[in-house]
Amino acid sequence: MAKLILNRLSKSFGGGKPAVNDVSMTIREGGFLALLGPSGCGKTTVLRMIAGFEQPSDGAILLGERVLADAGSMVPPERRNMAMVFQSYALWPHMTVAENTGYPLKVRGITGERYRRKVMDALATVRLDAYAERRPSELSGGQRQRVALARCLVTEPDVVLLDEPLANLDRHLRQEMEETFREFHATSGATMVYVTHDQAEAMALATDVAVMSEGRLLQMAPPAELYARPEGRLVGSLVGQGAIVSLKIPEAAPRALDWEMLKTAMRAEEGISPLSDILVRPQDVLQDAEGIACRVSSILYEGERYALRLTLPDGQALRAYSREPAALGAIYPIAIRSAWRL
Amino acid sequence: MLSALPLGRLAYTGIISSLKGDMWPLLSDPALWQAVGNTLSTSFFGMLISLSIGGGFALALTLCNIRGKSLLSFLFMLPMMIPPQVTALSWIGMTGPSSTLLKAIGLAPPLGSAQPLYSIFGISLLLGVQHAPLVYLSLRSGLLALPQDGIEAAKLSGASSWRVLKDIILPLSMPGLIAGAAIAFVSGVGNFGISAILGIPASIFTLPTLIYSRFSSFGGSTFGDIAMLSGMIAIISVLGLAIQERAMKGRDYRIIGLSGKAATFQLGGWRLVVEALLWLSILIILVAPLTALVASSLAPAYGVPLTLKTATIHAYEEILFRQAVTRTAFINSLFLATVTSLCLLLVTVLTAYFLVRGKSRFMFLLSALVDIPYALPGVVISVSYVLLFAAPIPLVGITLYGTLWIILLAYFSSFFAVSLKPMVSAFTQFDPVLEEAARLSGAGFWRRMKDIILPLVGPAAGASVILVFLIACNELTVSALLWSAGTQTLGVVIYNLDDSGSFDLASALSVLVVAMVIVLMLLLELLGRKLPKGVVPWRN
Repeated sequence: MAKLILNRLSKSFGGGKPAVNDVSMTIREGGFLALLGPSGCGKTTVLRMIAGFEQPSDGAILLGERVLADAGSMVPPERRNMAMVFQSYALWPHMTVAENTGYPLKVRGITGERYRRKVMDALATVRLDAYAERRPSELSGGQRQRVALARCLVTEPDVVLLDEPLANLDRHLRQEMEETFREFHATSGATMVYVTHDQAEAMALATDVAVMSEGRLLQMAPPAELYARPEGRLVGSLVGQGAIVSLKIPEAAPRALDWEMLKTAMRAEEGISPLSDILVRPQDVLQDAEGIACRVSSILYEGERYALRLTLPDGQALRAYSREPAALGAIYPIAIRSAWRL
Repeated sequence: MLSALPLGRLAYTGIISSLKGDMWPLLSDPALWQAVGNTLSTSFFGMLISLSIGGGFALALTLCNIRGKSLLSFLFMLPMMIPPQVTALSWIGMTGPSSTLLKAIGLAPPLGSAQPLYSIFGISLLLGVQHAPLVYLSLRSGLLALPQDGIEAAKLSGASSWRVLKDIILPLSMPGLIAGAAIAFVSGVGNFGISAILGIPASIFTLPTLIYSRFSSFGGSTFGDIAMLSGMIAIISVLGLAIQERAMKGRDYRIIGLSGKAATFQLGGWRLVVEALLWLSILIILVAPLTALVASSLAPAYGVPLTLKTATIHAYEEILFRQAVTRTAFINSLFLATVTSLCLLLVTVLTAYFLVRGKSRFMFLLSALVDIPYALPGVVISVSYVLLFAAPIPLVGITLYGTLWIILLAYFSSFFAVSLKPMVSAFTQFDPVLEEAARLSGAGFWRRMKDIILPLVGPAAGASVILVFLIACNELTVSALLWSAGTQTLGVVIYNLDDSGSFDLASALSVLVVAMVIVLMLLLELLGRKLPKGVVPWRN
């Protein structure tokens, strides 16, 4: 195993904007990378290029020293020692659960006792050993997904690719499968690349998250850093809850802003500083009688708390949490504990 | 190769002979224009009859709450699969003064009165019956895509059932109706079996039968003449298809929204009436002619009344055990049909795979070339093969003409599309991720073919084999021009038996052929339960 390197990778499907545009990243050995972005951002195309189903128009994909693909040549998928969990599971309806799981072994010429043991081990890992002789059509969605995962386990692949594997499951099953993926990553030690448009899923599972938009890589960082220090408006709006307001902040100010600086900026009538985008997380917006008077524009009960939408005196919107209900249209004075300049 | 080369040769001979000036005697020949007129009128009236029968059945069976739909649908599809010359024979056996059936029940017209089917009207009627299932299929696929909610929305807007039919269903089913009409017309233009059996005795020639008779009375200008005649058929067919294109323009009603459940009309008290009408039509277009055919085959001699006492299986003994030519024909037809269906399957599995998966522009060209023989009548194909292989092949010096191999080659190009269509629809419904998963498992192309692709498209492949076998086994148009002594096919033998006056033997052979058709269709029907949509034409 070795690290997976994407070097200035581009892909265009003829005409118009390229689907993937100059993406470079290094996924460390044993890492778990989540490719996060809205639909159509090119994340699935990146995954399919790593798998070998698409050839890059430019740039290269390397696994350690070995060039897997560039614009001129390409190692076919069947010789990459990778495995993939597809969104639609891609189980072969004419084979049993055990045959589906064991197919990669069969192709590699592994037979007999060794074959049987490996298949049963893989099925045991996903707790499906009792279902070995069933057909995929007799299984539920979550069970099918686990068969697909067992098929990945069975050959110890260098890289495991997951294409929105939880998109077709209900919420309860998702949590269970997230747990299974985490276990799988911990025990197998395989490098994993996980495509999703659900930021909560990405944050919960991955060791690194890469945010993409319109074919470009915007930021790649561990989840906590991505949450605390997002780069740019798009990443800020995509990762976690929050409101983005425009304030006049001196250019020399640090990126992490405290209440003193925010208060000054919000109260300044005329400033010479240019407008900056400021990300304010709702948990940092506190009720404070001394603070800035906002008006409550909507209130939503979420069970453990109330989610408020506030309007600043200049008309911009903020979000806040409150333990107590607030009247619609009431004055709600606030202070902001901290904020991040995007 | 199989489609481009012969057609190129056809065009070449046609152009050469028209340049030499052979065109003028032909063009000034009144027989030609008579034949063009006959072809156009029989195909046009046949198309109208197909439209009314096929359209009625499609509306009733698709949209209404009729009982026994699948049985009715199966019976209605039978005429399409029964060879046209057999259809013609059975209808002759049903009508006219010497009908065994009518005699047996004492309804025969007096001797000496004319057989009413030996006329333009008779040819049109039978063409209409033969091709009504084509209209039915084409209209039905459109009707099935009509969403129930669209019709419910119209009803909630206050429209009565008739208004819904007029304002929603008919406009939306126009594309299917137009396409069906075009197919029925083109099939009528190229039909040889019906116009030969009904037309030649009354000296009513259509273009395909004119080619046949010119070919029989071989002369110096024959090749040029038949090339030009089949060129004419091609032109008429292409014109028909062009009119269809024209009529289709601006009618791209792609159905929006889910078409989950097909729409259904509750007929209420009318249901019995409609059901009775449908069964009556089946009786007239299928049951009665086939009964007549069986009756004629059991009659001791043509024209002798059939009773329980006079009934004899002499004709069956004759064709099965005494006549060497029928045995040869059985062997030839079975051989041709088996080889054609199996060889084509090998080619079409790969072709369909690359057509569906492939992205290169070359594929569009290939699919167009493959569709040409489908739109062109079989006569044109066989004439091009005659022209291509009449002389020994250069370099190798082998003469194909007069052997079974030339028929086989012509079958390959005629039935390629028939074999390809089920495979293409199977591959379009085949989720590519199943194959991608196998690639990542490490399986190379042939390995994937064997382990994943073939098992999954297997049922469709079986259906494709049976369909081609069925059609090839009963085929007459192509082999009528390409046969010679020893290479007769079943179609040719039935035609020749009738032509030489052995009506009872022709009927007996036809009965066997129909029985074979029904068995094969039942086999397809059974197989159809496991097949993806659109593989067996009459199932959905």
